[in-house]
Amino acid sequence: MPINPRVRIQTEDFDLSTEVAALRAGDGGVGAVCSFVGTVRDHNAGQAGGAAEAVSAMELEHYPGMTERAIEAMIDEAFQRFDLRGARVIHRVGLLQPQDQIVLVVVSSAHRGESFKGCEFLMDYLKTQAPFWKKESTPDGARWVDARVADDQALARWGLQAANSA
Amino acid sequence: MNPSLGTAGGQAASITVRYFASLREALGASEAITLAAGTTLGDLRDHLIARGGRHAEVLARGRALRCALNQVMADEATPVPAGAEVAFFPPVTGG
Repeated sequence: MPINPRVRIQTEDFDLSTEVAALRAGDGGVGAVCSFVGTVRDHNAGQAGGAAEAVSAMELEHYPGMTERAIEAMIDEAFQRFDLRGARVIHRVGLLQPQDQIVLVVVSSAHRGESFKGCEFLMDYLKTQAPFWKKESTPDGARWVDARVADDQALARWGLQAANSA
Repeated sequence: MNPSLGTAGGQAASITVRYFASLREALGASEAITLAAGTTLGDLRDHLIARGGRHAEVLARGRALRCALNQVMADEATPVPAGAEVAFFPPVTGG
């Protein structure tokens, strides 16, 4: 395994400062770093028109092998589209609690515009194309989370067809 | 049991089918299947639906489902080569 792999799928938590420092290390051309951290909410949006429900835990499943491969391809695509100097993605799997960190995307570039765009692009891509599935524990029992049309629309802004939620 | 899918059209090929999330809960994590050369992912889905029972229920046409061929997202028109790893799963919800 490389010392600084671009993609990590892990059960353990991660530390934003450590990852940003590792991404910048030794690269004097970096003038901007943009990061995104996704966390577990303590409630969901409710079932089709219903009221929000409390979420007491979340289980994350993935497709080992394909997940890493899919995210590596997304990072390659981000490097094609934007003038980036570095990128890394960490996604947790297994059992998580409300307020836990789930996902980290960190991107570096010479100027801020490319980092902002690269970070958002990677998250939009990941939401609809990386093979992860969330199962929430609610007072009514455990339930697989539905894909959101809004996530497909977010990817469409970049000129890419998601076709995930339909 | 190793059901084959209309092998008259060409050489039989064995593949692995994997399921994830709600499909894994209903059908198990994986199964080995023998099918004819030239079979597409969509043909394979129809073949599995034709078994009836839980397969028919969770793979039913009209249900949002995605598939991957050798760990890359693929559409149902894609032919399945011998030795392939095919996966069926619900829309993804990571991030």
